[in-house]
Formats: sequence, structure tokens, C-alpha cells
Amino acid sequence: MGGTEDGNGARRVATEARNRVRFEEEALELSDQVYRVARRLTSSREEAEDLVQETYARAFRSWRSFTPGTNLRAWLLRILTNLNIDRGRRKQRAPDEQPLEEGDYFLYNRLEQASRDGNVDEERVVERLSQDDIVGALSAVPHDFRDVVVLVDIGDFTYQDAAQILDIPIGTVMSRLHRGRRILKRELADRAMGEV
Amino acid sequence: MAGYEIDPCEKCEEAMQGYLDRVLSDSEVAEAEAHLAGCSHCAKRYRFEESLRRFVRMCCDEQMPPELKAKLASLRTPL
Repeated sequence: MGGTEDGNGARRVATEARNRVRFEEEALELSDQVYRVARRLTSSREEAEDLVQETYARAFRSWRSFTPGTNLRAWLLRILTNLNIDRGRRKQRAPDEQPLEEGDYFLYNRLEQASRDGNVDEERVVERLSQDDIVGALSAVPHDFRDVVVLVDIGDFTYQDAAQILDIPIGTVMSRLHRGRRILKRELADRAMGEV
Repeated sequence: MAGYEIDPCEKCEEAMQGYLDRVLSDSEVAEAEAHLAGCSHCAKRYRFEESLRRFVRMCCDEQMPPELKAKLASLRTPL
């Protein structure tokens, strides 16, 4: 019966190769989205590129641990955020760092105060902010909060996906997201007022 | 006792993120919408938040360098 076993073995190898190719193709199709998130989780383009490469190298090595039919983009981002934390990001964080945070209307209120007639066109008011303001303000948000804001607001992940990617409870995702957005708006207010 | 009630605009501000994320319950949504319908102060701030979110997303839409795409493809397992 050796021949049959060999035949089964060959079929298994062929199936596995097919699955691997499909996995790699699907992962590569998501690379633009993975990069966009990576770029905002890191402080430079070089860092983002390294991180994405490392992520794909690891993903291709451990593709068998991905469960087909589940969210591949979230799976890749989980590898990426873990690698990012492993890269010594923890060192950067002051343990008792308490970022300044204001209410959700704070930025709008500041812009309204600053406008000549006190009347703000809410659709156009964002024009007072530049792309540099946005990128700079986001990078000023402490990592724990920024990770969640980037995943949800830029990566379009659900709260549930973000919780799985970062391995934190969904309640923590919500509180960090809400606080992170408020911190971002305070940072933006400083920039819009020319204080940074 | 009215002095002890929460300011409705403050309550609406608290609800904003959940409202825009579409995670509030039907009754919370109805409460926020009822307030927004009669309060231009809050309605403007909700609209601003929506524009801001769109703008943030747009500003962060950075294209991946083509060389990186090629490098990733080269990481694939050789056939």
C-alpha cells in the first residue's frame, strides 16, 4: 500500500502549496492598508517600512497558524502591533504619563473663538488645519491611545477587531479610543492656534 | 431640583463619539437626535466632528512606496 500513501502524501503537499500561495497572495493584496496603519503607528517612513517587512516575513513563516475564513487584515495587524511593541516601544513610555485631555467640543470651541465673527462654517473649518497639523498631532498622542485611534479611525477596524489585535478588553478599547480622540483634538487646537 | 440635572448639551457632547461610531442603543440615539434637532450649538459640533474625522483619514492616506511592495513580494516562499 506504499504507493497509495505516497499518492496521499503528494496530494497533501500539493494542497498545502496551493493554500500557502493563496494565503500569500491575499496577504500581499492587503499590504497598502497594512502600511497605512503602520505608518501612523511609527514615527518615520523607514520605521514603518521595516515593520511591514518584518510583519510579512513573520506572516509568511507562520501562515499555518492563520485560520482561513477569519479576518486576515486583523491577523496581520496583530503581528505588526506585537512586533512594534517588541521593538522597545515600551522604553519610550513614562509610566505615569497622564496626557492632557479636554472635552469633545474643545477644538471646535477654540476655532470658533478664534474666528473673526464667531461664526464657523463647520464644513470649512478643518481647512484651518494642515496635513502636517494632523500628522503631528496624531504622533503627539501617547502610544496606548494612538494605537486604538489609528486602528479604528484610520484602519477602519471595529472595536472588537482592535481589542483582538491589541489583546485588550473591548471596554479598554472604547475608553482609550474616546480619550485618544480628545487628546488628538487638544493637540490639534494647540496647532491651529499656533501654539506648537 | 432642576439645578441638579445634567446640562443637556454636556450630555449630548458625551454621546457624540458613540453616536458617530453607531454604537449607541436606539433610545440613546433617539435622545441625542431629539436634542440635536433643537440645538444648533451641538448640531454644528457634531457636523464638525464628522468633517474632522474625514479629514484625518484623508491626511493619513499615505501611499506605500513601490519598492516596499516589491520587497514584500520577494519574501514569498519560492515555489
